[in-house]
Amino acid sequence: MMEALHDVLAPFGPQAAHVRELWLLTLAVCTVVFAAVLAALLFALLRAPRANAQSPPGLSDLGRPEPGKRRSVIAAVAASTLLLLALIAASIFTDRALARLSTEGALRLEVTAHQWWWEVRYVEPNVADSFITANEIHVPTGRPVIVTLKADDVIHSFWVPSLAGKKDLLPGRTTTMNFRADRDGVYRGQCAEFCGSQHALMAFFVVADPPERYAAWAAAQRRTASEPTESQPMRGREIFMRSSCAMCHAIDGTTAQAVRGPNLTHVASRGTLAAGALANTPEDLKRWIADPQQIKPGTYMPATRLAPEEMDALVGYLQTLR
Amino acid sequence: MNRPGHAPASRLKDGTGPGSPEAAALDATWSDPPGLLGWLAAVNHKSIARRFIVTTFCFFVAGGLLAVVMRLQLARPGSKLVGPDLYNQLFTMHGSTMMFLFAVPVMQAVAVYLVPLMLGTRSIAFPRLNAFAYWIFLFGGLMLYVVFVLGAGPDAGWFSYVPLAGPDYSPGKREDFWAQMITFTELSALLEAIVVITTVFKLRAPGMTLNRIPLFVWAMLVTAFMVLFAMPSVMLASTMLIMDRLVGSHFFNPAEGGDVVLWQHLFWFFGHPEVYLIFLPGLGFLSAMIPTFARRPIFGYTAMVLSLIATAFLAFGLWVHHMFAVNLPELGKSFFTAASMLIAIPSAVQIFCWLATLWGGKLDFKTPLLFVLGFFFILVLGGMTGIMLASVPLDLQVHDSYFVVAHLHYVLIGGAVFPLFGAFYYWYPKITGRLMSERLGRWNFWLFFIGFNVAFFPMHLLGLKGMPRRVYTYQAGLGWDAMNMVATIGALTIAMSVLLFIVNAARSLRHGAPAGANPWGAGTLEWATESPPPPCNFHAIPVVHGRDPLWEHPRPEAEGAQPAFTHVSGLAADTRELLATTVLDARPDLRLNFPDPTIWPFVSAVAVTALFIGSVFTPWAVVWGSIPIAIALTAWFWPDRAETSVHLSLERKP
Ligand code: HEM
Ligand SMILES: [Cu+2]
Repeated sequence: MMEALHDVLAPFGPQAAHVRELWLLTLAVCTVVFAAVLAALLFALLRAPRANAQSPPGLSDLGRPEPGKRRSVIAAVAASTLLLLALIAASIFTDRALARLSTEGALRLEVTAHQWWWEVRYVEPNVADSFITANEIHVPTGRPVIVTLKADDVIHSFWVPSLAGKKDLLPGRTTTMNFRADRDGVYRGQCAEFCGSQHALMAFFVVADPPERYAAWAAAQRRTASEPTESQPMRGREIFMRSSCAMCHAIDGTTAQAVRGPNLTHVASRGTLAAGALANTPEDLKRWIADPQQIKPGTYMPATRLAPEEMDALVGYLQTLR
Repeated sequence: MNRPGHAPASRLKDGTGPGSPEAAALDATWSDPPGLLGWLAAVNHKSIARRFIVTTFCFFVAGGLLAVVMRLQLARPGSKLVGPDLYNQLFTMHGSTMMFLFAVPVMQAVAVYLVPLMLGTRSIAFPRLNAFAYWIFLFGGLMLYVVFVLGAGPDAGWFSYVPLAGPDYSPGKREDFWAQMITFTELSALLEAIVVITTVFKLRAPGMTLNRIPLFVWAMLVTAFMVLFAMPSVMLASTMLIMDRLVGSHFFNPAEGGDVVLWQHLFWFFGHPEVYLIFLPGLGFLSAMIPTFARRPIFGYTAMVLSLIATAFLAFGLWVHHMFAVNLPELGKSFFTAASMLIAIPSAVQIFCWLATLWGGKLDFKTPLLFVLGFFFILVLGGMTGIMLASVPLDLQVHDSYFVVAHLHYVLIGGAVFPLFGAFYYWYPKITGRLMSERLGRWNFWLFFIGFNVAFFPMHLLGLKGMPRRVYTYQAGLGWDAMNMVATIGALTIAMSVLLFIVNAARSLRHGAPAGANPWGAGTLEWATESPPPPCNFHAIPVVHGRDPLWEHPRPEAEGAQPAFTHVSGLAADTRELLATTVLDARPDLRLNFPDPTIWPFVSAVAVTALFIGSVFTPWAVVWGSIPIAIALTAWFWPDRAETSVHLSLERKP
């Protein structure tokens, strides 16, 4: 499995960092208020005389207006109001700061959520340069990223805690969000809106690389799948094309062009399988293909029954898709 | 229903103490008829309320058991205890049960019991409607649990977002049952709201002007008005949902011009006020208990009432804070941030007023007061996280994470369940005539309080560490394992404390110390009558001269069983006669004759249930199912000759 960061309080980009500052301010104010209220309560408890059901009620208070208490209550309400107004202002300023973040020279991505995986399209000005991957997003550090969000079926929500807040993906509407990763690393993200059976296993990863490394990765992703040269992978390729795999998945440069499942052109280069459900090892890949329902009950991928050597060949082929 | 031997020109009047022939006649007049049929025909508000309270508490226990199973599943990463299908049903049923079948109804149930007693009247308004509302609530809730036990529980969440809950992604009948159950329970809530509003406005004891109404009654009145505005929104939404599913309309289908966000607006326009429908009665409980145990009148009565009303208004202005992640225009977000934060102010007013009350009081440390103190700790903390969630940038990080699960339980359990448990201890003697054990009560409180914080505090941190909610499992190594284990241990502790409460309540029914009319030395009217109250509540209707009538008069204990009030007498003792008063200053206005027990509200509720269950399967059920309903309603309202003649003979000026 991939080691990855996912912590609201450990930000690695400007959005999450702004939010963390606001969080610290709010936390400080709230802690002080909470402590003050509890202290007042504790004092009241300690200084009040004890009584029982027979004690005569303090009715004389009713006639007296209790000006001292009244002043304290009014002061406490006024103080709370001022603090709240300050927090509202801080919140609105943070919101504006987030909106003003520069998006010049941004990388453009289009993320489409499916039950229960992510499709990621890199949209380049030159259409031929665009390419598609799944469940793993690579971005260059220091460069803003604009993500266009779409949903294919139900509502999902895109959330990478260490980089930015979440945004819903809505069927029939397009939303956008942007973020920037300032340090290289792997950041974990996941669907935050309940989206059915396998909502729990709908993670993804954002891999932030220095620009050169990112460029190399993108260049590799743009290439169509390489033709296998050894016999076992060649056999595996043939099995892929004639079994049900090709009805749902695409491998660029082959006849498999379906879009119901994740694009597998470079599947072996990704860290995990099935939206973070499994590590991307040959063994796990075999387990997944043989019986996806065992691992992700309810997933739309059916089991594929293959003889052991056929399975080896198929997985051998998928391993060549780097 | 006509009682044999019922002389239309009766001249037996109320007004004397227990033991007199008049009192015996009153008791007979206001009792429910005996036998099974009589049980189904009952309309006395106390009988209905007792059933209602027990029913909602059973739903609370059921919802709690579902939560315990969820927590067991989440105790360890990758657990195989329940699969995704069952887990999704569990949290849907838990949320739906707690919100629709427990939290709001239990408040209404307690109100049905207490409001007439606190107002010094003999009955709730529209007693048959009240019975009908109970029956449909019961049938709606049972329907949901029956399908759950049969393995077809709804699984799209208590918020049932479309399109996940729509026909394309939730085939089968699960969501249909959910949608119909919503319409049912909300119909019940609406009817109860009408009953409470009418009772408060027209049936107060003479002299109980608007500014002498007990604060709990104010809280329930404001709640009832909120119900009137909030519930239609969700009933509309669930009806649109069932139409999408049943007759192929496309309200929520973007492919056909529908809109998925429409559901969220309608749902949260109800769903946010819903939280206050639970919270305001909780505040009412506190305002009833704090003065009693601080032995002084509440500080800032007027400010309390105004802040209840302000909360109700503001609560309708911030539903959008549940939808910040949906992509809203900039300016709107600032408005809803401000509204969401400012609603903390009326709550702050209430909290400071209670503090001032405690500050100036003499304290009687009984179990109800412990729950009040627990409320302060938990609710104020939940309020603080609420302020965090109101801020758009912060919300975008923690929305739909475990931080929200922590926040919502701090507010709901701190703001409603703790006051409610305090209220159970406080009013138990008024319902059963006996006190609950203080020793078990203390154990109950401390286990609940500690268990609660152990269960829910770690969830704040889980949310900040990126754990989303509504997940049936998570992977090891994400840094969530230990805190989830702790949370589960806390949940088990809560379960133990609730068990202790049940033991205490059951034992005290027989073995509790006899309570007497006013065991706590409280000041409001419900303590003026025996415990449990006679069927007619008061043998003589009290006249009120202040906010704490029992404190302003010689204490009842000092004078024997009957408080030395001025009281009204002269109402008929052998027919259900009632005194209505004017809305503002509670001057005697009318003498009313109240309907007798009848089986027809029950039959009507059965007929309505049949229609709704049928409509899960075919739209034609709406057509054929309305015929039995029409028959039952006709029988319900059919004028009865004997009853009419009694009414006519009594019709004269007060
Ligand atoms: C008795 C102790 C309780 C425990 C241990 C408990 C536990 C839980 C858990 C584990 C969840 C699921 C969180 C998720 O997966 O997102 C949950 C959700 C929820 N709980 Fe509770 N809960 C308790 C009491 C209550 C009460 C008293 C109420 C309301 C008055 C309540 C209202 C809710 C609601 C509305 C949800 C959201 C359901 C959803 O996401 O659809 N809970 N609770
Ligand atoms: Cu999703």
